[in-house]
Amino acid sequence: METLRTLWDTFFDLEAMREALPEMLTIGLPNTLLLAVSSALLGTLLGMLLAVCGLSHSRWLRWPARTYTDVFRGLPAAVTILLVGVGLAPLGLEIWGPNPYPLGILALSLIAGAYIGEIFRAGIQSVEASQLEATRALGFSHRQAMRLVVIPQGVRRVLPAWVNQLIALIKDSSLVYFLGLLASQRELFRIGQDFAANTGNASALLLAGLFYLAITVPLTHLVNAVDRRLREGRPSEDDFEVDTVVSLEGR
Amino acid sequence: MSTAVPTPTVRGTAQPVSVQLRGVHLAFGRNKVLRGVDLDVPAGSTVCVIGPSGSGKSTLLRTINRLIEPDAGDVLVDGASVLDADPDALRQKIGMVFQQFHLFPHKTVLQNITMALRTLRGMSQEQAEAAALAQLDVVGLRHKASSRPSQLSGGQQQRVAIARALAMDPQVMLFDEATSALDPELVKGVLALMADLSQQGMTMVVVTHEMGFAREVADSVVFMDHGVVVEQGPPAQVFGAPESERLREFLSRVL
Repeated sequence: METLRTLWDTFFDLEAMREALPEMLTIGLPNTLLLAVSSALLGTLLGMLLAVCGLSHSRWLRWPARTYTDVFRGLPAAVTILLVGVGLAPLGLEIWGPNPYPLGILALSLIAGAYIGEIFRAGIQSVEASQLEATRALGFSHRQAMRLVVIPQGVRRVLPAWVNQLIALIKDSSLVYFLGLLASQRELFRIGQDFAANTGNASALLLAGLFYLAITVPLTHLVNAVDRRLREGRPSEDDFEVDTVVSLEGR
Repeated sequence: MSTAVPTPTVRGTAQPVSVQLRGVHLAFGRNKVLRGVDLDVPAGSTVCVIGPSGSGKSTLLRTINRLIEPDAGDVLVDGASVLDADPDALRQKIGMVFQQFHLFPHKTVLQNITMALRTLRGMSQEQAEAAALAQLDVVGLRHKASSRPSQLSGGQQQRVAIARALAMDPQVMLFDEATSALDPELVKGVLALMADLSQQGMTMVVVTHEMGFAREVADSVVFMDHGVVVEQGPPAQVFGAPESERLREFLSRVL
């Protein structure tokens, strides 16, 4: 009975949670959101660039994009964050001063870009060749047709997968603690971890976990809602193929 | 037209031009799709291309606006080789309508039409929308301007696709089995629209399985089989007195 009591207190010590709550709200949450949102933006831009390069007819664009993706998708996030955050630290010191955030955000963006690039590439590739053909037949250039017709449709199809990647990014943002954070730079995980280490009680860490869930669970449901809307809004006779082989490259 | 009330004209103001194919050859790998095709479409006339599936009709159509390039031979539009033309500029003068419509599903009906007008013709939003709505009037679908293509019937989608092509004020129109994907009751409206366009003097190359349309509307009918033009002439001659065995056999199957 005593053991159970101790176990309960280890996770559900409300007093410990109350103690950690102010710092979670005023420091941890804003920092986690800063890391997640800025690397989501950069990662999405990078992903779009990688997707377009990865689909290019030029091997000088395609090959580097594919290699990049292989590397950054293949490395553990912790390794990438340490390599970038520690390896480039002297450079970062010159540019930004002793703040680990720019390099942390860079590392998270590099990782997210690799995954998001693959998501976008799959989406763009799923758009029927006939859409490109019909757009070119109106007199649009290849570039215009991709930008106005093919890419918007492709991206729309993979929005759920993209949101999933953002969820992964929010969770991965906890890894920047590897780079060493000042008290004011700590994000949700680190604050929970600090309280837990000082008190030997995991309740603050559990509170950090609840904060993550409060962000990610609504996003998951948003994904499902978006997915449902996209599917129901899609005509069933949308999936026709052209019966002729069309190559529109470079015309 | 001398009627007091101005009838909306299907055709725009651009002068229709002629199309000619000269000894066009084309192969996809080992598959020889076109084996020396000659075709004459005088300005303002309607030529229907008929023939069994796989005879190269759709491919032939695509050589006219350079969606596909011939391996040999030449294609002339208004007397000039398309192979010397800028493909994008060329295609802006040549409207094309596809079997499966290929409207842009992520845009409204109106945006499907205004996109090219805005981007390629440099029209303002207001100009483009006015032009697009006028074109939708012609095909009787103004009330669908803010719908998505997926909310339209096949026949309506095809009429929007025709409006999208006509809004660019083309000098030639290409139809690739424009009614083959439609339910029978929807075919009529699309064919009527095409007949109007033909009547008003558009240059039209129409790949079709609608023999009734070819007989009534075409100035000339071309029968293709295995990548060559087997027989051609006025509809009365092609349908009434077919000379080749292949055409007789084809007609006996489809009529």
